[in-house]
Amino acid sequence: MTILDRPASEDAAAGERRAPRDRALRREIGVANVFSHGFLLLWGALTVLPLLWMLLSSFKSDAEILSDPWGLPGALRFENWARAWTEAHIGRYFLNSAIVVAGSLTLTMLMGATAAYVFARYEFRGRQFFYYLFVGGMMFPAFLALVPLFFVVRNAGLFGTWTGLILVYAAYSLPFTVFFLTAFFRTLPTTVAEAALMDGCGHFRLFFRVMLPMARPGLISVAIFNFLSQWNQFILPQVLMQGDDSKWVLAQGLTALAVSQGYQGDYSGLFAGLTIATLPVLAVYVLFQRQVQSGLTAGQLK
Amino acid sequence: MRHGKYPLIVTFLVPPVLLYVVFVVSPYLQTFQISTTSWLGYSAEADPVGLANFTALLHDGRVWNALKNNAVLLAVVPVLTITLGLFFSTMLSMGGRKGRAGVTGVRGTAVYRMVYFFPQVLSVVIIALLWKEVYHPNSGLLNGALRAVGLPAPTWLGDPRTAFWCVLAVMVWSNVGFYVVLFGAAMSAIPRDIYEAVLLDGASRWTTLRRITIPLLWDTVQVAWIYLAIAALDGFILIQQMTNGGPNFSSDVIGLRMYETAFGSESKFGYASAIGVVLFFLTLSVAVLALRTARRDRIEYS
Repeated sequence: MTILDRPASEDAAAGERRAPRDRALRREIGVANVFSHGFLLLWGALTVLPLLWMLLSSFKSDAEILSDPWGLPGALRFENWARAWTEAHIGRYFLNSAIVVAGSLTLTMLMGATAAYVFARYEFRGRQFFYYLFVGGMMFPAFLALVPLFFVVRNAGLFGTWTGLILVYAAYSLPFTVFFLTAFFRTLPTTVAEAALMDGCGHFRLFFRVMLPMARPGLISVAIFNFLSQWNQFILPQVLMQGDDSKWVLAQGLTALAVSQGYQGDYSGLFAGLTIATLPVLAVYVLFQRQVQSGLTAGQLK
Repeated sequence: MRHGKYPLIVTFLVPPVLLYVVFVVSPYLQTFQISTTSWLGYSAEADPVGLANFTALLHDGRVWNALKNNAVLLAVVPVLTITLGLFFSTMLSMGGRKGRAGVTGVRGTAVYRMVYFFPQVLSVVIIALLWKEVYHPNSGLLNGALRAVGLPAPTWLGDPRTAFWCVLAVMVWSNVGFYVVLFGAAMSAIPRDIYEAVLLDGASRWTTLRRITIPLLWDTVQVAWIYLAIAALDGFILIQQMTNGGPNFSSDVIGLRMYETAFGSESKFGYASAIGVVLFFLTLSVAVLALRTARRDRIEYS
């Protein structure tokens, strides 16, 4: 409560040195400040509470979860986590997701950066056409093309393979990556590139030794953006990775865990699995907060 | 000096274009072709049926039921999300008006922004599974609270009257934080002296928001509206994981209809593609409509 009161009293104190009309305004603002803090805290609680509940429930026994949803766990039962990790194979799915995203992210960044560089720095016939071909893909979600995509992947012999997922993830990440990085390469000074070319630096060396290092901040932003969207991808693996459950990615493993939890009543296992899946992503976010927020919001502001 | 640029353009552009055309452009185009067939997936040749799939769509009660729910989402989700987003971002970036310092944010703005953004970095699957447990009739967080204060405990997702609205609430919950950050970024681009001038003229907080902030943010609000409208039409994973359209199709949406038609119990790929084509044009017209109706003069800060 003291935190809530402080801005109000400060405003009132500042207001006393001013004209009476001004003071009334200050008082109104002071009251509004308490209110605004109240609403802000309320929404903060609404956001955090389900996540905190998930974390706490992951330590509870099933009996505790069923009898008292708001109670605290009697002990820190890490065996729930162990059970989710091994028996529900969350550990394996985690690794699978990591492999797929490592591959697709590398491919996305390589192809996105090279294409964007060409669009930003070179004049050639059809440049506009290809650029808008890529950027136009931002308008439509992947799942509108889901049915034919399923057959394209199957006919290429890539159905149920990580290679297939990696290629598809990368392809659907290209529109935003190309859009973002083209804009970024355009902001880089041209003088450095011209000087390097004058000194006899080849076009390829110029890109890898000069331009790519200069574009690092942009590359990091877009890489984090792509990491999150590829890590959280669900509908593509759901369709393209049916069957062989040893190759599933994390999101599929979680839905499978939820289904089996429904049969077995293993609530604590489900919460443990969800917590294991949530913590690394939240950790990445908290560490790279600024880049994540700017990367994600830049994607919406064209 | 630019001789020798073509080897680079070709090596840099051909692989991304190839990947993109194979996995993104061609599936989109094929959707249109498949939608005019009665293809069931297993036969090599698909019988062309002209527009029969589309006339069948017109008489499909389930499709209309799903579209009706999409219409509700389209009307409610953007309005609620943008209102809450604007409200919180206003509070955060100019909630604390203090004496001579003019207009500043409230205490802990960075912490609020960080926390509000949490749902945005989580996978839709995690959000869906977590909220399914929150709404759980017996062990859920919500009914636990209701029982504690002696209120009746509804079944939420199990009740056709409430299921759809429960999912809608989660949609708003998961989106608000993103728009708080987006609007916050746009607000920080508005020159402070405008607010200081208005403050000196004695304008109330509400007047400032209505007459200054919202008009200056209009471009961003418009972008937010388009994205939320597209999400309201196309997003179905949350619904699939929380209710799978039930109970009794009460929370069904068009995206889920398409998914079920293609990959559910029956693989009517032709019909599913027809739904996809309809959805494609719906998405396109909603975006165009939003751009048209929301168009105003751009404001440049000089």
